[in-house]
Amino acid sequence: MKQIPCPHCGNRAQAEFVYERSADSVVPLDAEPAVAIAALFSRANLRGTEEELWRHAHGCGMWLLIRRDRVSHHIEWVKPIGPEALP
Amino acid sequence: MNAPLINFTFDGRALTAKPGQTLAAALLDQGIRLVGRSFKYHRPRGILSAGIEEPNALVTVGSGGREEPNTRATDLYVYEGLNARSQNRWPSLSSDVGGVLSLVSKALPAGFYYKTFFGPPKLWLFYEQFIRRAAGLGPAPTKADPDHYAQRAAFCDVLVVGSGPAGLIAARDAVRAGKKVFLVEQDAELAPSLLRDPAEIEGKPGRTWAGEIATAVRTSGGRVLTRTSASGLWDDQFVCLSEKLIEPGQIPANGFSQRYWHVRAGEVVLATGAIERPLTFANNDLPGVMLSQAVRTYVTRFGVLPGKRVVVATTNDDGYLTARALMAAGAEVVVLDSRPAPAGHSSGVEVHNLAAPVMARGGKRGVKALVATVDGAERSFACDLVAMSGGFTPVVHLHMQAGGKLDWDQAAQAFVPGETRQNVRTVGLAAEPQPAETVGAAGNPKAAFVDFQNDVTVSDLDLAWREGYRSVEHLKRYTTLGMATDQGKTGNMAALDRIARREGITIPEAGLTTFRPPFTPVSMGALAGLATGEHAQPTRHPALYDLHAARNPIWLNAGYWKRPRAYPQGAETLAQAGLREARTVRTAVGMCDVSTLAKFEVQGPDAVQFLERVCQTTVGKLALGRGRYTFMAREDGLVFDDGTVWRLGDQRYLLTSSTGGASRMATWLSYVRGHLCADLKVSVTCVQEHYAAIAVAGPKSAQVMAALTRSEAPRHMSVVESTIAGAPVLLMAASFSGERAFEVHFDASQAEAVWQAIEAEVLATGGTLYGIEAMELLRIEKGHLVVGPDIDGRLTAEELGLGRMVNKAGGWIGQSCLSRPDFADKQRKQLIGLEAIDGKAIPEGSMLVRFVGAEAEGHVTASGLRVLEGGSIALAHLKGGQARHGEEIYAHSPTRRQTVKVRVTSPHFYDPAGERYRD
Ligand SMILES: [Zn+2]
Repeated sequence: MKQIPCPHCGNRAQAEFVYERSADSVVPLDAEPAVAIAALFSRANLRGTEEELWRHAHGCGMWLLIRRDRVSHHIEWVKPIGPEALP
Repeated sequence: MNAPLINFTFDGRALTAKPGQTLAAALLDQGIRLVGRSFKYHRPRGILSAGIEEPNALVTVGSGGREEPNTRATDLYVYEGLNARSQNRWPSLSSDVGGVLSLVSKALPAGFYYKTFFGPPKLWLFYEQFIRRAAGLGPAPTKADPDHYAQRAAFCDVLVVGSGPAGLIAARDAVRAGKKVFLVEQDAELAPSLLRDPAEIEGKPGRTWAGEIATAVRTSGGRVLTRTSASGLWDDQFVCLSEKLIEPGQIPANGFSQRYWHVRAGEVVLATGAIERPLTFANNDLPGVMLSQAVRTYVTRFGVLPGKRVVVATTNDDGYLTARALMAAGAEVVVLDSRPAPAGHSSGVEVHNLAAPVMARGGKRGVKALVATVDGAERSFACDLVAMSGGFTPVVHLHMQAGGKLDWDQAAQAFVPGETRQNVRTVGLAAEPQPAETVGAAGNPKAAFVDFQNDVTVSDLDLAWREGYRSVEHLKRYTTLGMATDQGKTGNMAALDRIARREGITIPEAGLTTFRPPFTPVSMGALAGLATGEHAQPTRHPALYDLHAARNPIWLNAGYWKRPRAYPQGAETLAQAGLREARTVRTAVGMCDVSTLAKFEVQGPDAVQFLERVCQTTVGKLALGRGRYTFMAREDGLVFDDGTVWRLGDQRYLLTSSTGGASRMATWLSYVRGHLCADLKVSVTCVQEHYAAIAVAGPKSAQVMAALTRSEAPRHMSVVESTIAGAPVLLMAASFSGERAFEVHFDASQAEAVWQAIEAEVLATGGTLYGIEAMELLRIEKGHLVVGPDIDGRLTAEELGLGRMVNKAGGWIGQSCLSRPDFADKQRKQLIGLEAIDGKAIPEGSMLVRFVGAEAEGHVTASGLRVLEGGSIALAHLKGGQARHGEEIYAHSPTRRQTVKVRVTSPHFYDPAGERYRD
């Protein structure tokens, strides 16, 4: 099972994490309907590297931004996000 | 040799074994060669190997819940009282009726299953009964396993799989480098290859040398695990080990039969060795045709001579070691070497070069002769044992599971581990197998088996090839090659060779099938561990659990929660108790535990802005001490949850939502908070289990609350702070039943005192406890929705009949997407009520049709009845339903064979004006 380096907890087993959505599907609250609909229903879904939102659900509970190759599962980086990530 | 013998039975026959012998060794020692019947053709089969690769000698051991089918006789150490049975035979092993199939093997050719599947269905149904009885492995046990399976997680620097010399050297080097080492061996003994081929290593007897390394591993903080199979290797060196604490079928002394390990290793060293390949010739499956190294193992390690006149047929030098061991044990030996002279070491043994086996002769008592071509001429060699070696297939399974690639080793005619993307390396014979000549069959032999376990012959492969199956993956599925418990460990290479020859390509061009875990079969119990029975999933007890338990409710598993469904009195059934409780609520008062509701405290200067985004109803104008029903939409505009929002302070709100959606709501709120409005000054805290909550509902509920709090009960949708039994409580006037009602929220640690005070007052007022069953009856009649069946995330607020409550000012999540053209379609499903015309119960989940046989236009989401008057009612989703009130249709459940004529109505069956709960 893959390990994911949580910026808050260190290397943890993938089973502790939950994939939530691709980063390009985050719809800003003030998005025009066409933009919101496109973001939700017509995503790029690349065969390759994309940014994704994950959550360390069975660990610290924090949201993470992960850049991951969807073919090899190689993780390029993991960043903390949300208010808790602010300096 | 003076150690006491071990008693066991095989097919009811009392036998003895020497200590340390496998079942296969003990049977051979007793002169028993016939141990099973083959999968499809019921051909007599003996013992092929001396290890985990065994395809033939599968037995069932143990009894009752400990019965274990398909246990390899070569991988089972005899214990006192072992009860082993041969499989796939009827009425007995030696006179098996299915054996006639071996005479008519054309009955089940390659692709038989596929051909009959695609043939007329009646033909398949006819064949199925016949096949089910005739083809197969041991039947699955039917009783629950009484034993326990432990699970452990561990970390180490270096995990070494295999304790042969190469693995031991890797372990020793790692220990010297200060590493914590796990050394794993599937055999019961360390370095089993040194038991087969005793040797001196670094000036010491091999076994002593091995023992010293094992001690060094242990004393440096590592572990040595024998009888343990590394069954799977996943990303980042995550290895699953299955450790046998006892032998299959044995009764464990301490209750535990196996231990399943999850190990995260810094590095994995695979010293997994190689598996010897059979040669492919006619009747190569006869009892007494064995692998060469296996024969040597029986002779040297187990002290068993499996034959006295032996033909060693080999394509490599290793066969000569077997010849020598046999001669030393007193057997007469002839070597047939496929290579030209002067290959091999012919120290005093009769050797024929350029020799290839063509056919074995014999029967169920075993092989009697081997016919071979020697330098072009056919010759027959009388024998009672054939020891064959077609070279060696490196065990690359774990390397491949780790995402590795393979290289082709021409000299060994074998795939060897290549590039890997994990910290995994392969050492020893698994990386550098001994050279050997090519493995395949010459000509078109009949009954020349490639995959012994699945009865796949060379002719089956040829047939599949003629029928156009070229890809190895297709061939595997079409012929069943490489399936079942041995996964083709002995047979896959010969099959590849055959396909490559037919296709005129090389073996590496033919490719390989995927290597999937487990390497050897793993017990389901080991995977489950202790998570069985009531521990299969977690159980959540609400704070009031013990108080309920003392009142003997009928429990409901609501997700992980244990919730009272009803509190029956006397001989009441669930339905009777539920209806009595509901009627008492309608006429007097009842109390119900609602602690499991999701609850969130939303605080901060921007709390209201946050709630206005999450909630689709107006929240902004909520006065201090007031609350409101609300519902929430996803970004796609569809409602996914509902609840209430209460203003507790200037900048402090309590948001409640559904029990079942609690963790989803927690995630959603943190997503909204963190990603959609990170700029807001607001904090959201889940207080679901901090507060216990009791609902008190009924026309006398205000009277009960006033008595408990010694003050006037709050107005409908108001919240006040108060005290009950000395405990501070939040008292909210809100109704889910259609009656005047309250929710009392309080610190869960006060559960007992508050419950008892309320219960005393409720009972004194002629009231009752009520559970989920009554709650459902009450809310269905009132037309209140439940997240899950009614609010299923597929309807908009408008479609749920909640449109007039939507915040017209907008700003809530999901608004953008509501402009999708599809949502303008008035023929989408909408929430409606149903009334049974003839009073029959409306089956929940049934489909709604204009007439039986017509297309479904909706379904029943919740079925109930009029609590006081009787008569069946239901809530449902129906296409265009809001404009169809009055229409008569059918609720039809083909699975329950029920059809009820219903009338479409408003979902509000009880007090539609809401007069009963207003103060
Ligand atoms: Zn974390």
